[in-house]
Parts: sequence; structure tokens; C-alpha cells
Amino acid sequence: MTQSAWLSILVMGVVSFVIRALPLTLIRRQIKSRFIRSVLYYLPYVTLAVMTVPAILHISENPMVGLVSLVASGVTAWFSKNLFLSAAVACIATLVMSIV
Amino acid sequence: MQQTKSKIFLRGMRDGIPIALGYFVVAFSLGIHAKQAGLNWFQGYVMSFVTHASAGEKAGLISIGAGNTLWLLALFMLVANARYLLMSTALSQKIRPELSVWQRMVIGFCVTDELFGVSVAYPGYLDPAYLYGAALSAIPSWALGTALGIVAGELLPALAVTALSAAIYGMFLAVIIPPCRADKRLILVVAASLLISWLTDIIPAFAALSARVSGYESYRVIVLTVVISAAAAILMPHDEEVAQ
Repeated sequence: MTQSAWLSILVMGVVSFVIRALPLTLIRRQIKSRFIRSVLYYLPYVTLAVMTVPAILHISENPMVGLVSLVASGVTAWFSKNLFLSAAVACIATLVMSIV
Repeated sequence: MQQTKSKIFLRGMRDGIPIALGYFVVAFSLGIHAKQAGLNWFQGYVMSFVTHASAGEKAGLISIGAGNTLWLLALFMLVANARYLLMSTALSQKIRPELSVWQRMVIGFCVTDELFGVSVAYPGYLDPAYLYGAALSAIPSWALGTALGIVAGELLPALAVTALSAAIYGMFLAVIIPPCRADKRLILVVAASLLISWLTDIIPAFAALSARVSGYESYRVIVLTVVISAAAAILMPHDEEVAQ
């Protein structure tokens, strides 16, 4: 595990660096394709959504825990736009739902 | 001249402090997940120092936790971090053309959503010293937050860890939901992503697939991300430049 963890960390660092540095160094042209620019625009929203659901529903044995946490922090995000508040609501909702 | 450079550097460091505070919280919640993926605090510190990307690191942790191959991990990192291509491309127009490749590589290393944000807000050509200052405040804080999140994950009782592990999802929602208010197409994209992703969890055929395919969860996120983003790009092309 330990060795593969370090190799994994190396891969994470290298891939992240190459993506960030490439447009500033070797490939210095604008992204002309409207399709590619559109894909890159939507990509983070889709990835984060897909990594949030269903994972949050499996946070506890009881899927209601994650569902309440999801809805509560989602509504908070819509109205407050505050990252920290939304995270705190997710934690508190999970805690409360796990206890009751 | 030297005086001016160090002043710009210090101004960057100062502007990086609010970013650093936010990063600490995000990274701490990532640390909880890093602990669950089996990393120790030092591995978490190094991972966050070199990667410093919330979606990218969560992707990496899914992959590490599942024992995926390094190729799959690399592909997942590429998809989860691809948006930096847009930011770095925009930033390449914001720096002096004569800057050396070395400087450009360091600038590239420093690109995150927030550091990109303060960089494009810099008047005129971006002075690299400013970005380095901001990055020196922000990135170590990100790494430290991760390390402490891992330690907390080891020390706290299971209930507290479960509650804290929800934080990262609350943050992801706080990243993707507020922009929906300004760009209504995003409501459609986010809602479709959540719904389709949920369907893959309840349709029995996918459960059967997950039992047979090693690295299933990583492939699932990669395929859904690429397919849904491409569909959105075809149906609702996006025209604005990323730079403000």
C-alpha cells in the first residue's frame, strides 16, 4: 500500500502539473474549437455533481442521512453562495440524522 | 527595482491569506477522505502540495482507495483537472511574452481556481512575483489542512468522521449550485448530472457491472463526466471567454 500510495501521489502531481503548465509552455495557442471550450466549461460542474451523488447517499447505512445532508447543503448553497456554510450544514445535517 | 519586486511579492502573500483560510477548510475535509483512502498525514501533505485541486484530489482518492491502476488514476486526474487547460490558456495571455519557460512552469504549477482569479484581476501584465506570493500563502495552507484532516480522521470517533466526511460534498455543491443562478443552462446540466449519476446507483445492471469491472467507480465518473459535458456542449454551446 505504502509504495503504491507514493506512486499514486507522483502520478497525481505529474498529471496535474502537465495540464496546468502545457498551455503556458509548449502549446501556447488559444483553444479555437467552440465545442472543446464548451466541454471544458461544463466539465467541472458535471464531475463534481457525479462525485457527490450517489457517494453522499452512501455516507451512512441509512440513505436518508445523506439525502437530508444533500438537500440541506444544496439549498444553503443556492441561497448563501457560502462554501463554508454549505459544508457546515452538510456536517450538521449528517450528525443530526445519524443520532436521531 | 528589487524593493518593488519584494513589495509585489508581499502584496501577493497578503492577498493569498483569505484564499489560504478557505483552502484550509476544503483541504481539511479532503483529509478526512484521504484517511479513508488509506493515506497517512505525510502522504496527504505531499499529495495536496503537488496537486492542490479539490475535484482532482477527490478523484485521486477514489482511485487510490479502490486500488486502481496508475493508468486509470492518470486518466481520472486528466478528466477531473481538465478545466485548468482553460485557465492556463487564459493566463498565457496575461503574462509577458518574453517570460522564460522556467517561470512559465512555476506559474503553471500555481494555477488553481482562486489563484487564477486573483491573477486575472491583476492590473496589466501579471507580475509573477505577485502570483508566487499568493501561492506561497495558499498552497502550504491547503497541504497543512489535508494533513490535519487525516490526523483528525484518525483521532475522532466514527460518528464525527462520518459527519465531517459530508463536508466535501457540501463544498462541491457550493461550487456548482450558485453559478446556476446566473447561467440557467447550468441548472439543466447539474440536475441532469445528479439524476443520471443517481440512476447508475439504483439500476441493477450497473450494480452487476460494478461487481465485474475493476476500477468501476473511476470509469463511471470519467464516462459520465465526458458524455454529459459533451452532450451539454453540443446542445448548449458556450461562447464567453473564461477570463473576466
